[in-house]
Amino acid sequence: MAMTATVGHAHADPHHIGVVIEHPGPAPKRIVTAYGFWVFLLSDIVMFSCFFAAYAVLSGQTAGGPKGAEIFEQRNVAIETVCLLLSSFTCGMASIAADVRNRFWFYLGMSVTCVLGLIFLVIEFREFADLVGRGYGPSRSAFLTAFFSLVGCHGLHVSAGVLWLLTMMAQVFAKGFRADVLRRMMCFALFWHALDIIWVGVFSVVYLLGGAP
Amino acid sequence: MLGKLDWSAIPFDQPIPLVAGAVVLVAIFGVLAWVAVKGHLPYLWHEWITSVDHKRIGVMYILLASVMLLRGGSDAIMMRIQQAVAYQSQGYLPPEHYNQIFSAHGTIMIFFVAMPFVIGLMNLVVPLQLGVRDVAFPTLNSVGFWLTATGALLVNISLVVGEFARTGWLAFPPLSELSYSPGVGVDYYAWSLQISGVGTLVAGINLVTTVLKLRTRGMNYLRMPMFCWTTLASNLLIVAAFPILTATLAMLLLDRYLGFHFFTNEAGGNVMMFMNLIWAWGHPEVYILVLPAFGIFSEVVSTFSGKALFGYRSMVLATMAICVISFMVWLHHFFTMGAGPNVNAIFGIASMIIAVPTGVKIYNWLFTMYGGRIRFATPMLWSVGFMVTFIIGGLTGVLVAVPPADFMLHNSMFLVAHFHNVIIGGVLFGAFAGFEYWFPKAFGFRLDERWGKAAFWFTFTGFYVTFMPLYIVGMLGMTRRMQHYDVAAWRPWMIIAALGMAVLTMGVICQIVQLVVSIRNREALRDRTGDPWDGRSLEWATSSPPPVFNFAFHPDVRGEDAYWDMKVHARQQSFEHDVPEYQDIEMPRNSPTGFVCAFFATIMGFALIWHIWWMVILGGIGAFATFVVFAWRDHDEYVIPAAEVAAIDRVNIEERRSLVSMAGAV
Ligand code: HEM
Ligand SMILES: [Cu+2]
Repeated sequence: MAMTATVGHAHADPHHIGVVIEHPGPAPKRIVTAYGFWVFLLSDIVMFSCFFAAYAVLSGQTAGGPKGAEIFEQRNVAIETVCLLLSSFTCGMASIAADVRNRFWFYLGMSVTCVLGLIFLVIEFREFADLVGRGYGPSRSAFLTAFFSLVGCHGLHVSAGVLWLLTMMAQVFAKGFRADVLRRMMCFALFWHALDIIWVGVFSVVYLLGGAP
Repeated sequence: MLGKLDWSAIPFDQPIPLVAGAVVLVAIFGVLAWVAVKGHLPYLWHEWITSVDHKRIGVMYILLASVMLLRGGSDAIMMRIQQAVAYQSQGYLPPEHYNQIFSAHGTIMIFFVAMPFVIGLMNLVVPLQLGVRDVAFPTLNSVGFWLTATGALLVNISLVVGEFARTGWLAFPPLSELSYSPGVGVDYYAWSLQISGVGTLVAGINLVTTVLKLRTRGMNYLRMPMFCWTTLASNLLIVAAFPILTATLAMLLLDRYLGFHFFTNEAGGNVMMFMNLIWAWGHPEVYILVLPAFGIFSEVVSTFSGKALFGYRSMVLATMAICVISFMVWLHHFFTMGAGPNVNAIFGIASMIIAVPTGVKIYNWLFTMYGGRIRFATPMLWSVGFMVTFIIGGLTGVLVAVPPADFMLHNSMFLVAHFHNVIIGGVLFGAFAGFEYWFPKAFGFRLDERWGKAAFWFTFTGFYVTFMPLYIVGMLGMTRRMQHYDVAAWRPWMIIAALGMAVLTMGVICQIVQLVVSIRNREALRDRTGDPWDGRSLEWATSSPPPVFNFAFHPDVRGEDAYWDMKVHARQQSFEHDVPEYQDIEMPRNSPTGFVCAFFATIMGFALIWHIWWMVILGGIGAFATFVVFAWRDHDEYVIPAAEVAAIDRVNIEERRSLVSMAGAV
């Protein structure tokens, strides 16, 4: 408001604490968007932690069905992990390419990310299909319920990520590196990296701890 | 083709829901027809439905809450009448219908009255108090509102098509599992909460980001109005707690739809896990509701006492303390379920600790009033009424937080009395106070004081007459959710409670009348200054209703009570100011995204409830397509030219100058 224009800074330090850090005003859009998305990611992580908690509670409830050590295949999980970690790297490359407005490297980085994500999904899907085929589906026991839900929830996130990734590529193709497209790209990258972090949790809690005989 | 849906879904044999449904349908189509005939449809579409203006969205939230308050209120009336007449008889409601009513009542009141009311007020006010032009993500804000509306719509559809849950408002398993609740009731419950929960989460993220990242120049944390602080705390809780609800309901739905075993009795499922998860969300939820109300009372009490809030910093501290502790007490909701004495003791003590920061707040309000020049306008009445009522509710709360006492009172009417005591005396009174207080800001005219005061007194007395007897029958051993009973000693109290409900209803009627009368007299009640209460925070620094862009300039804040300071200085310096240099303002464009998205969400929710899978897929594709279309648009902002800003702002400044010179003369 203009009406304060002549008022001095007499009130700058109402509590006399000696430090006056004046707030500079609304943050730029880029910061606001990324910040809001971070908050969303945190809430998503809270949701995952519920499924982690459920897994922790139910992992012993095999109801006569198989235990974790009997059904996990460490080799597959290792490949999945490598795929996902590598894809985070290529996603980072794509982000850098977007920052310097380099279309070729952007498309390349995103495509490799997409392929790695798809490999991950295929392996996971085959693992699930195999288990269901052997009669160890999610309704077999509470342990399998928790397992399928936790891992499947992560898998769903990866699938959504792949869909988003393709949309991002189409957007860059159609709109170029516009400010709003770049902001979305930043959010996508945050999302993809967060999935990696969650996978590390899944990997340790489900496969490493549960896989130990 | 239509999944489980067929003609048997419509309860032709039950007159009450059918008649109620018919009345509602006629009302809806009547309103729609009137709107269409009068040619208001384009106006509604452009100015409201597709609006991304936080003020409009806030108003729509409050409208939704008010309509649903009538729905939840009629459920309450039906329950009170039933319990008044059901002594040694079946009463007038069939048992399974009664069970649906209390489940719908609780669900509606918490999720579709209290939540939208406080979120609406926060949406309306917080950007104004922070001195900014909008929330962080305006379009998302609209999506959040419309998803909440979808949830409300689904609950109401259950009135006519199918049934609602009979499980109570938290749908505890194994009762809510497929084997005990094979119908669609629990599915209605879960999907409407799932969808509106996404909306709530979106609103929470939006408001957290707004408060943390968008404050105007000089608005340091310790200069924010109290309502902004409580908004921050409440929305932090939303962001941290609502994902738990989402996960819990997802698990319940997986159990029901795909035969999973999270909470079943068979195959190792664990019912206690549901208790822990749902209350890990549920306890913070009550603070999500009551913290904004605390903020409203803080604003109202200091404005109408003409004093700065006493102990501002301790208030901030208390707010944040409540925010944290509320996450550590959830287990007090199931003391009786065998966690053992040590666990119970720890959670009992933790629960009682919350009374400390809450007490700090009460004292601060009292000290703010002490020595102040108090004006008992309607918002102030609600606030004082709250302080009295909430103290009783808080004390009975501490009582049930003592595990041995809880063993006696658990699931009794005492508990029902307690939580209505805090939820009506806290949240609802706060919502009404905020409604009366900020109404002139939103619409440019005040509400009629006489009817407002009548509404307060009816509600206040009605509340006591209705709920104090429930404490007594609770002590006499009456448990909650009873369809009928044979104990003679309870009967008189139930009749008194029903009479109290009649008084409460008078309060509601007064409020409706107040609205009608005020709209009729709006010219006489017009607020030209933008500052009808002699307010202290920035929302009063702009005109009422504010222009789309709220402020021609981001205000420059120099201390607490920003606008008060400005007024004081303006009076001292007889309102000198430089002629400001106006600039173009960019504002977000309207967007139908929220509405379209909610349309598909409604289709998808309905299809999921009735297992109509092709429609689910259709709805999903539609929702995704909506977002892609939204992401594809090229112009998401429009420019208001500086000249226009100047013209709008000059009027505001003139009005204000006369206000200040008048006040200076007094
Ligand atoms: C307007 C006056 C109100 C009356 C007369 C009223 C009455 C009742 C009654 C009779 C019950 C059922 C108790 C039983 O089952 O034995 C109940 C339950 C409940 N009420 Fe209210 N209520 C009112 C307002 C509210 C409000 C404003 C809220 C929340 C914002 C609310 C939230 C609840 C909840 C959560 C339940 C528990 C439902 C369940 O048993 O699952 N009520 N109310
Ligand atoms: Cu609690």
